[in-house]
Amino acid sequence: MPIWIYILAAVIKSAVVLLVLLTAVAYTVWLERKVVGHMQNRWGPTRVGPFGLLQPAADGIKFLFKEDLTPPHVYKPLFLAAPLIAVIFALTSIAVIPFGNSITLFGYSFPLQITDVNTGLLLILGVTSIGVYGVALAGWSSNNKYSLLGGLRASAQMVSYEISLGLSLVGVLILSGSFSLRDIVDAQGGTFLGFIPRWNIFVQPVAFFCYLMAAYAETNRIPFDLPEAETELVAGYHTEYSAMKFAMFFMAEYANMITVACLATLLFLGGWHGPIFGPAILQVLLPVFWFGAKIFAFLFLYIWVRGTLPRFRYDQLMAFGWKFLLPLALANLIVTAIVVVVK
Amino acid sequence: MISVHLILFLAFGAVCVAGAVNLLVQRHPINSALSLIAVMAALAGEYLLLGAEFVAALQVIVYAGAIMVLFVFVIMLLNAGVEEHTQGSRVAILFGIPGMLIGSVLVAWVILRHSGTGAVAIGALPGPPKTIGQMLFHEFLLPFEITSILILVAIMGAVVLASKPSLPGGGPTQKVND
Repeated sequence: MPIWIYILAAVIKSAVVLLVLLTAVAYTVWLERKVVGHMQNRWGPTRVGPFGLLQPAADGIKFLFKEDLTPPHVYKPLFLAAPLIAVIFALTSIAVIPFGNSITLFGYSFPLQITDVNTGLLLILGVTSIGVYGVALAGWSSNNKYSLLGGLRASAQMVSYEISLGLSLVGVLILSGSFSLRDIVDAQGGTFLGFIPRWNIFVQPVAFFCYLMAAYAETNRIPFDLPEAETELVAGYHTEYSAMKFAMFFMAEYANMITVACLATLLFLGGWHGPIFGPAILQVLLPVFWFGAKIFAFLFLYIWVRGTLPRFRYDQLMAFGWKFLLPLALANLIVTAIVVVVK
Repeated sequence: MISVHLILFLAFGAVCVAGAVNLLVQRHPINSALSLIAVMAALAGEYLLLGAEFVAALQVIVYAGAIMVLFVFVIMLLNAGVEEHTQGSRVAILFGIPGMLIGSVLVAWVILRHSGTGAVAIGALPGPPKTIGQMLFHEFLLPFEITSILILVAIMGAVVLASKPSLPGGGPTQKVND
């Protein structure tokens, strides 16, 4: 295809994906407030729009017009850079995530993905591991002991759980034999025994468990939200942030949740595979729908866990990560490798 | 397309050198650490341009994403302050700077002299993870395993250094105070 169509398609795809992602971030916040509200016998947001559906818009306007305070004792360059680092790397990782098969328009085939990299999975891991600096530097540059403790906790926790996260993914990689997310999804097509879908969660349940636990820790969510534990650290690493800078950390956290949900869907839940039926237009749209539905289910699980579990103590978190999760992920990896070789 | 590659290569190279110089000039340790991260990331960009996408990804994950996080962690934990800069020793001015200049001229001369013979096309050397894995576990199995033992020794050394020597019984048996 001509180069200008290629560039145009890339720009349009990036804009659409970014728009959808930011909308999804805003409505994940709404969903969380609503679901946790109902779990705690409250209504959640109800005032702005029907079912409080315009609440994210109201929050966004509020963030924009709040006074943007910069405390006098902070280290300014890094204080300003930290939220940018957090949000930029959280939004970047969506670039390699495929949403469905290719579609054909005007005789050209466009994959439903911003860019297909053959080491896509590694790229996501790399980008998310850089994202730690946003939180760590925010904690340090605030020059506040609560922020510093939050930043230290976040960096220690993320480095510790990244190992289990990586090891839990290797089992899937052994089974599919590729780093490309598209190939990994394609390897999960079809069914076992005619009715169980050939998803990796049924082949690698232990790896899925490890991934789930590590993902909660990596995104600093309850039960592992020690970096922003309100009862001990005021608000942790973002104590000194206000207005849009705070909103950037907020966006980064929810964008990371969505990336983690996308990755879980692609690696363990069969990606866009699902029952396909009906006319041609439905056959194009259904895979994207299944993909979205699985992400929704995963996010709902996130919120459900938040509404259910209390927060761990910090030593419990570290002991769980190093003494239980890491050996479990290693054992799963060894068993998978032996089974694949013997087969 | 080659010109685009060349421009990007030079740009990443410039970032590398600028980051390295900034690392030395900066007075605060955390700024130095951050410029080192920029150097690592720019190096990953260079690897990517040479067609070694696996090495590039590992460069980011391992160096920029894990090792440098520990550097930053330690700097934050110790809350290291601004460094004092000395005027520089006389030995460095008399021998170091001329030596560095002579060395870089020599390297440049050797590279320019032999240019053309060592040029490799992009993608000609092993880049995909599968090829690298096969090389690691077939041709370079012995060095690979010896390196892992070396790292194991380093880990054990770190454990010995970190455990408190005053414990009765000699072993690292202290419990975490809850």
